[in-house]
Amino acid sequence: MPKLKSYSDLEALHKRFLEDKKSSGLTLIIPDGTCCRASGSTEVIAELKKELAIQGRKEDIRMRTTGCHGFCEQEPIILIEPGNIFYCRVTPEDVKDIVSSAIKNGAVIDRLLYTDPVSGKKVMTEAEIPFYRAQDRQLLAFNKLVDPRSIKDYIAIGGYGALTKTLSGIKHDRVIDEIRVSGLRGRGGGGFPTGRKWTECAEAPGEEKYIICNADEGDPGAYMDRCLLEANPHLVIEGMIIGAYAVGAHKGYIYVRREYPLAVVYARLAIQQCREYGLLGENILGTSFSFDIDIGRGGGAFVCGESTALMASLEGKAGEPRAKDTHTVKEGLWNNPTVLNNVETWANVPLIIMDGAKRFASKGTKGSKGTKIFALTGQVKNTGLVEVAMGTSLNSLVFDIGGGAKNGRAIKAVQTGGPSGGCLPVSKFNLPVDFDALFDAGSMMGSGGMVVMDERTCMVDVARYFLNFLQDESCGKCVPCRLGIDRMLEIVTDITEGRGRPDQINLLYELAETISETALCGLGKTAPNPVLSTLRYFSEEYVAHVEKKSCPAGVCKALITYSINADKCNGCGVCLRSCPHDAITGRKKKTHVINAQLCRRCGICIGECNFEAITAI
Amino acid sequence: MFTATIDTILEGRRSQPHQLVEVLIDLQDAYGYLSEEALQTVAKELGVSLINVYSVAHFYKAFSLEPRGKNMITICTGTACHVRGSDLLIDQAKGQLKVEPGKTTEDGLFTLECVNCVGACALGPVVIHNEKYNHHVSPGKLRKMIDKTGDGKKKEKEHA
Repeated sequence: MPKLKSYSDLEALHKRFLEDKKSSGLTLIIPDGTCCRASGSTEVIAELKKELAIQGRKEDIRMRTTGCHGFCEQEPIILIEPGNIFYCRVTPEDVKDIVSSAIKNGAVIDRLLYTDPVSGKKVMTEAEIPFYRAQDRQLLAFNKLVDPRSIKDYIAIGGYGALTKTLSGIKHDRVIDEIRVSGLRGRGGGGFPTGRKWTECAEAPGEEKYIICNADEGDPGAYMDRCLLEANPHLVIEGMIIGAYAVGAHKGYIYVRREYPLAVVYARLAIQQCREYGLLGENILGTSFSFDIDIGRGGGAFVCGESTALMASLEGKAGEPRAKDTHTVKEGLWNNPTVLNNVETWANVPLIIMDGAKRFASKGTKGSKGTKIFALTGQVKNTGLVEVAMGTSLNSLVFDIGGGAKNGRAIKAVQTGGPSGGCLPVSKFNLPVDFDALFDAGSMMGSGGMVVMDERTCMVDVARYFLNFLQDESCGKCVPCRLGIDRMLEIVTDITEGRGRPDQINLLYELAETISETALCGLGKTAPNPVLSTLRYFSEEYVAHVEKKSCPAGVCKALITYSINADKCNGCGVCLRSCPHDAITGRKKKTHVINAQLCRRCGICIGECNFEAITAI
Repeated sequence: MFTATIDTILEGRRSQPHQLVEVLIDLQDAYGYLSEEALQTVAKELGVSLINVYSVAHFYKAFSLEPRGKNMITICTGTACHVRGSDLLIDQAKGQLKVEPGKTTEDGLFTLECVNCVGACALGPVVIHNEKYNHHVSPGKLRKMIDKTGDGKKKEKEHA
């Protein structure tokens, strides 16, 4: 591929690829991201290739493997276009039927259609599925249109058009203005106005400036950045090139977690393609502007999501944060002015430049514009990635899109914002989800994790879980975080293990205040949030643990005992075989018994018993 | 063999201290751990003091200074997996393999590891078994997974 030397070169290429795409007839689209592969998409794709060859249809039926479309719960998925026919939970055995029926125009395989769990009805097309219908997919909509390994696909849908628009006529400050007017705020969690960040960096003195894409998505329960980078790496790269042009940077980095191997591979490939096409490197599209991107991988440290720690890691050091007396926009990577934005923020940039700030700002609330992708997970029927306009209510996310509780239990809370966020009770579900509303309610948006919890989730245990996570991930540089979180964990562990005292609650508040005021970086400052929010909304659970020494949700091991109900046990022996601690004994077809001394209350037997004979009280 | 691979990994990165994390990740992936010999070579070739190499190797969770087992069982302990019972999976693996997370079984067959989220949250609880992602894992499913990979001798408990 000869390098593109001008805007018209790119335009010509776009037309050619678009024509090629238009002429393709029937296309079978199969999402093949990390989550899809876990569900078996690789096997389905292999079978499909084989079957198309057998039926002699390799020429007239196209196949496109893409990144995840978001409905992870229903994978593996095959989407047939034109027609928008949506088959879910496809197995390799179904492939033969799918190819045969696809050829017979209009034939639909009933058993592979999605069943709406609310109405119980079969749904034929993707567009009709409530999970998709209730969303406003601006970024995720591209996922089914492009193979992440194909720059052709991206150019065919108008990719790098925003870059052309930028380079061919907009001055640097006009680009920043456009971003500022759009109201775009950082999607990584901080919510800092992107335009302001860029302005500060552009105005900062210094010849050498850097652009960084933060793909160190460490928040447990959030994976939208992985999905975007795996599904549409060129969108992110285009955003970065525009940002580099705006602030005057010539070097950029994508810092991506090592735990996301597929994202690393696809991002590397996309960078390579851009260099070949002349979209990265010297004199991009024949202009005087030069910019290149490299990949830096994270080594599995949550704290590296913090800007100064991330930059230390890119410099080859241990990822410890530093005090931000001077912001990284002025003194960042190697002490040079640096713009760091997360994956989703960069992905929004080309859309804003292409369609204008006004269109972007027409969605969302007063203080939070545009759409946001959330990872809806936990005890809810439809789990996956959902994109909605800012300001959509939690109710709409959990019930309209998520389909409500799994297993018929009652939903109790939703946890947003990862370890820096908090748990919001059902009574707060009418809240519009935006940066400010969540913050005022004692939680935060974070990067968009949304873990739904039901009555079987103990909120004190959740607080302990996050403290444990943060204590494990604290880099240990500053005392408030290193020792403070440790003390808080000690107290909450006491409470979950039946040693809690009423006076410890006040101690928790005191520690929380001190840590959030004195810790060095964001990790420490927000570390008390999970405890504070559960104390605020679920104080009765703390009281039950401390005063009654009981765990209402039946989770905290020290406060519950396991027993087998003689009326229900038929002595099948499933529990006996499943107990990893050899705590269950009993003769065949006679009631089994749990030895309380050996029992570690792991709960495995409860899940295995088919007769609901085992209880934890 | 050893020199060949480490040479390839260091290619184009020599005397560039900022490549330290990248080089160590590649070494970890190639050998499964970071040996003393490898760390000394890296220090010399990148121009970083040995103590700094060790500091970085200790800091990041991805690195192991001890050889790992033949099979890796990686349990995701992210929030979404936690609320769907990843704790039970840890109990199951600990009880069955008789090792703590982060450790390797005496026979060198298994290393048990917990990670804070692998980003497949919609499918929790997730267990990665030698790079294969398994979704909606129950303790029973995990037990069979370990049984199958082990020495082939299934330890079946029978009624008393």
